[in-house]
Amino acid sequence: MAGTAVLRRLTWAIAEVVDRLDETPRVRSLTFDVPGWPGHLPGQHIDVRLTAEDGYQAQRSYSIATPADGTRVTSTVERLEDGEVSTYLTDVLEIGDRIELRGPIGGYFVWEPSRGGPLGLIGGGSGVAPLMAMLRARVAAGSDVPVRMLCSWRTAEDVIYADELAAIARDADGVSITHTLTRSAPDGWSGRRGRVDREALSQLAWPPEQQPLTYVCGPTGFVEAVASALVDLGHDPRRILTERFGPTGG
Amino acid sequence: MTFISRGFRRRQEADAPTNKLPPGQYVTRDFPVLSAGPTPRISLDDWRFELIGQVDQSRGWSWQEFTSLPAEDVTVDIHCVTKWSKFDTTWRGVSLDTLLDGVQTAAGHVMAHSYGGYTTNLPLDDLRGGKAWVAYEYDGEPLESEHGGPARLLVPHLYFWKSAKWLRALELRESDAPGFWEGYGYHNYGDPWQEQRYSGD
Amino acid sequence: MAGDTHVDGNALGGMLLEVFGREMTDAQGCCAACGSVHAIGAMIVYRGPGDVMRCPTCDNVVVVATTIREQIRVHLAGVRWLEPGTET
Repeated sequence: MAGTAVLRRLTWAIAEVVDRLDETPRVRSLTFDVPGWPGHLPGQHIDVRLTAEDGYQAQRSYSIATPADGTRVTSTVERLEDGEVSTYLTDVLEIGDRIELRGPIGGYFVWEPSRGGPLGLIGGGSGVAPLMAMLRARVAAGSDVPVRMLCSWRTAEDVIYADELAAIARDADGVSITHTLTRSAPDGWSGRRGRVDREALSQLAWPPEQQPLTYVCGPTGFVEAVASALVDLGHDPRRILTERFGPTGG
Repeated sequence: MTFISRGFRRRQEADAPTNKLPPGQYVTRDFPVLSAGPTPRISLDDWRFELIGQVDQSRGWSWQEFTSLPAEDVTVDIHCVTKWSKFDTTWRGVSLDTLLDGVQTAAGHVMAHSYGGYTTNLPLDDLRGGKAWVAYEYDGEPLESEHGGPARLLVPHLYFWKSAKWLRALELRESDAPGFWEGYGYHNYGDPWQEQRYSGD
Repeated sequence: MAGDTHVDGNALGGMLLEVFGREMTDAQGCCAACGSVHAIGAMIVYRGPGDVMRCPTCDNVVVVATTIREQIRVHLAGVRWLEPGTET
């Protein structure tokens, strides 16, 4: 984005829902068409704002799960049981509805192929969404930056983007993807079991000597445990970038 | 012209008799956790509560001493400045009347000090007369650290930011001074019934 | 896990962009208490009545953001300097 003016105005836009895809029973990806969208970088997010008739407003941030695609922006939303906004987005919003959002936001938790690698992507639950934008961008650009992705889920039913990730792991050179389940695994599960702890990272993350750029995203406890374990293993803290979603994945 | 989101409304959590709900509040059955900093971890061996400042004599209690004081079980409604109210919360704690009994002071003001550095200010009168406690049990259980345990100040007639979590000391003062949120634009007194959320309200 | 209710500076990205007119999560901030330098996106953020941004090294309050009567105010409580990132 060389040559882009530094000063920006961040204004609320009224976008239209143009697509929705159920990724799992609790997770839905929504695609918005945003008039005037300037494009975005993988890792950036949008703020969504809902307004009720009595004037009550609620606002949340959602990572963009896709690389730049004209005026189209896709976010992957996990339906939280008590979620005021997430339940609206997953239960009420239909194709053709309009929604207020603003963005793109973010400059720290951002990756594009020109930043190089090797690239480490470590995500817990819905934290995989911004990492997916990075991985999709890497693939779409035909980049040869090697990638090691590690995704942590509670159960096999919670795995988002399962088919696409399997296809990428199979077809793209230099991309390895490992899933681990922390709560329970079905018979015949060929992935890992257990938390992303120091042991798992010593086996699956890039060795620190290769000086990877590592992005960690998900629930706060997950992100801090992983980042801390990476530092213990000898990784340079300045090359570990983090995005915390809060107590239950955001 | 604000854009209205089709079919969006605030999550309706519970009904409340309208005379129990201060203006601008809604009722919740949750107990949201809000804080200004990391949850301090204080061992009961190290814990101490002190009454300091403009007093004839500073007083301090170890955990053993504090929990041996006469305590009360109270049921109160609490109101957060972020607009949630929770009815009929049950606590066990030592009344400020008990703690201040025999204390001689010319102070009219109090600064509450928390482990971790949080502060909030109140008039001394608002701690007297059966209106305030140092609470160490909530809902029949030891107060969890995320809700302010081992012990927190409980002053239900004011917005709940005045009920300092992780209470370490009450400093009696002759002059008033703003605590943490008061210094960042929140109301110096904080009466929910007058909707005193922000400075100038 | 109790105690994991905090987030980080990324969560304030929209508000800071609105206030400063440019992306701020990749700005470097120097903590006034300990002198360590961190990206704003890496600062720890506690969301309460207002948002309290703390230094990941020493927990000092670096920035407090409040929205009162719809007016955003960013209190530069404990930041020695801010250096915006280079827009890519």
